[in-house]
Amino acid sequence: MHFLLLFSRQGRLRLQKWFTPTPEREKKKIIRDMTAMVLARKPKTCNFLHWMDLKVVYKRYASLFFCLAIDDQENELLALEILHRYVELLDKYFGNVCELDIIFNFEKAYFILDEFLIGGEVQETSKQTVARCIEASDMLQEVNVFNVLSTLACC
Amino acid sequence: MSPSVRLQEMIRVIRSARTQGEERGVIQRECAAIRAQFRQADNGGRSHNLAKLLYVHMLGYPAHFGQMECVRLIASPRYNEKRVGYLGAMMLLDENQDASLLITNSIKNDLAHSSQYVQSLALCTLACMGSAEMCRDLAPEIDRLLRASSSYIKKKATLCAVHIVRKVPELGELFTPAARALLAEKNHGVLHGAVILITELCERNAQTLVQFREAVPELVHIMRGLVTSGYSPEHTVAGISDPFLQVRILRLLRILGRNNDTASDAMNDLLAQVATNTDSSKTAGSAVLYETVLTVMDIKSESGLRVLAVNILGRFLLNNDRNIRYISMTSLQKIVSTDHNAVQRHRGTIVDCLKDQDASVKRRALELSLALVSAINIRSMMKELLLFLSTCPPELKSHAASGIFNAAERYSPSQRWHIDTILHVLITAGADVRDETVPNLIQLITNASQLHCYTVHKLYRALVADISQQPLVQVACWCIGEYGDSLLQGDCEETEPIQVTEDDILDALETVLQSHMSSPATRGFALTATMKLSTRITENVDRIRSIVSIYGSCMDVELQQRAVEYNALFKKYDHMRAAVLEKMPVMDRSSMGQTNGESGGGGVQELEPTKPKQPEMMVAPQPASQVCDLLDLLSDPEEPSLPGGPLGPGGAPLGPAGLMSGSAGGDLLYLLGGLELTPTPTPATAPAAVTVYDKSGVVLKLSCERPLDASQTITLTATNTSDHDVSSLTLQAAVPKNVQLQMKAPSGDSLPARSSAVVTQTVLLNNPNKVSLKMRVRLSYTTS
Repeated sequence: MHFLLLFSRQGRLRLQKWFTPTPEREKKKIIRDMTAMVLARKPKTCNFLHWMDLKVVYKRYASLFFCLAIDDQENELLALEILHRYVELLDKYFGNVCELDIIFNFEKAYFILDEFLIGGEVQETSKQTVARCIEASDMLQEVNVFNVLSTLACC
Repeated sequence: MSPSVRLQEMIRVIRSARTQGEERGVIQRECAAIRAQFRQADNGGRSHNLAKLLYVHMLGYPAHFGQMECVRLIASPRYNEKRVGYLGAMMLLDENQDASLLITNSIKNDLAHSSQYVQSLALCTLACMGSAEMCRDLAPEIDRLLRASSSYIKKKATLCAVHIVRKVPELGELFTPAARALLAEKNHGVLHGAVILITELCERNAQTLVQFREAVPELVHIMRGLVTSGYSPEHTVAGISDPFLQVRILRLLRILGRNNDTASDAMNDLLAQVATNTDSSKTAGSAVLYETVLTVMDIKSESGLRVLAVNILGRFLLNNDRNIRYISMTSLQKIVSTDHNAVQRHRGTIVDCLKDQDASVKRRALELSLALVSAINIRSMMKELLLFLSTCPPELKSHAASGIFNAAERYSPSQRWHIDTILHVLITAGADVRDETVPNLIQLITNASQLHCYTVHKLYRALVADISQQPLVQVACWCIGEYGDSLLQGDCEETEPIQVTEDDILDALETVLQSHMSSPATRGFALTATMKLSTRITENVDRIRSIVSIYGSCMDVELQQRAVEYNALFKKYDHMRAAVLEKMPVMDRSSMGQTNGESGGGGVQELEPTKPKQPEMMVAPQPASQVCDLLDLLSDPEEPSLPGGPLGPGGAPLGPAGLMSGSAGGDLLYLLGGLELTPTPTPATAPAAVTVYDKSGVVLKLSCERPLDASQTITLTATNTSDHDVSSLTLQAAVPKNVQLQMKAPSGDSLPARSSAVVTQTVLLNNPNKVSLKMRVRLSYTTS
């Protein structure tokens, strides 16, 4: 996988994950191109596009477009499944996830993504395991914050 | 108050900004506050400041001043700060930033941390943005983690190893033994990572590939377990047990079984089992089936299995889901050359997909249809394709048009059908055809001599109907000019007779000349056609004379030149006019691209050959096959290599030369046309390149064209296979006294080590006295 983008119907970026080193300017250009291409697609068309030498797989969930760029060798239908799995994970975490959840808790969306994908590949194929790991990390974070606050309160 | 509310507060404020300017103002204030906070000592809110900065960065504003803060946060002992720090590192730092090196040490420490969540942060970041340097430093750590740790860490370490192998392929050997051992794992996450790692290793190293072929039975066993296992809440998706893992294993099997009979045999049964048992009603199942089909087609499978695979693709073609139709066509495209007959069976469905609403599906269907055209089905396929052409989206039009031309050329059942088809395409999609269509079509028409009458009638009708399609207008003008007399006769067996007077024809041509829609090349065609008619018609010669003299003062230089020359033809050379404007003989393909010296037409030969009009460039025209080289080296559209005939006096453009000369744009146009028309170029014996210098990996070769002529082009090519970079490469040449030498600019002056890059330099020699040719070359360069 080369990159994963989430953007709204108005073209505002909500999440970006780059799996190959890309200069800033090129990232911006790619975001512009992708948004333009995907938003121009009519509703009843297939979910695959060609862009440069990559295949772009996109899917619309409510008001968000999820867009994944994969190599020529990779399986497009599986990429659709990957996008779907990510949405399911977000849904489980936030409970009926909507775009606002991702806007206001973007760092959590990234943490979930990092538990699901690493280096452009799927790391865990079980939904429950990913959910458990996120919970445990959050717990660890809470404990840490609690400790910090209590030490600050003491002094 | 929990500090995270501040972040959400900021987001709310930014979102409520009503204009871009307001948003920018808010963000600038926040960034200033964040900067100030960064400079302060630790106050417990550092992670939130960085989080705010990352949000601002996502909106597209610059955030580079946060890089050092990321480095500091990563080094913090607190988990929440580390978490945000690593996230910031992944977003703001990449291997091109200097600050990324600073976190190498932190990552190293965190890889050995007691908490597995901290370890996982470090692994994730390394796999995301680790540079080659960092990878080399930390590879041994990763290898250690691969062997002895919990499965949570192992799976992440495996994917980290994948990243390392991609960045630094030599380190693959380090991970090979561990990868082999990982196949015995039960945990799906680790297994998945292991399969990916093995895939990467095998793709990069042939020996590793051979080594892992022994693992095929193990992989088959794992796969079989997955396919036959029942429902598992952890891994089942839509009835398929862990489709992600299945697809990856199939992909690995594909790589292992390619070009190897034993491995392919071992997986035959498994693939048949997967192909028959997988339920493809949902995307997950279809993904697995799709991968199976790709694997079957790529390895040395038995024919029964291949037929099964093609049938699965055929089933996909009838699926309601557009995505599945699309990917089935993509796969059929890949196998259409090898399993042509199998794919032909599904031709009907594919042709139906041409009418689908979706542009991507249409594109795939077009390519596949073009690949399926054969001598047997040409008529029915062409009907469908022409129908498609009239309704297809504009971005596909030129591809469709050229595909149709190729197909028509290869399989046309008769000349008339061929001409009809091309005319149809020109009428429907004239603006999108390639430039060499016009000379091609003209050549085709001259060849079909019995159809001249029919052709010119059809073209005349099309011209009168619509003069906006340039290629069509050009061909029509040319035909009317050549065969105007048949048009005037009025009766033709194959079309309805229409009464055409000389005035009608001249009106049509004048409309083309005066219309603002006509391109300069088209107007040139029209003017020449008008001129040619002066010998074919009897009554309106004066009208032609006046048209021609009007254009003598036209703003377009090309038209003006032609008009002046035609005027001269009327006045001073009237006795020659008939001979000059005689009908063209039949041209065959190779004569369109031949060297000069072969004249184009009977009447033309009477004229004295005069010097070509472009004296500065190449002294003598080159065979068309060399034109490619010239264009590359000299990139000059005014190349005088006008294949197909000398120019007459004052360049009265006639025959193919008439098509070839013209404005600079026209030259390039037909030059490309000339290139395309030489199917088997007739090169003057291009002698093999002679190696003139070969020392320590640097090789200089010399090749020349046309060794026996007065003028030569010598190409000097330098390559470097040594281990040192070569720079400041200069070539100097000296020749005997009576030979004139002209060296063109070299293509470059450096050759990296062990590369296939070349530096070429062209040397033009003119040897009018035909002395024996000698050349001394001096090569100078510096090596690292």
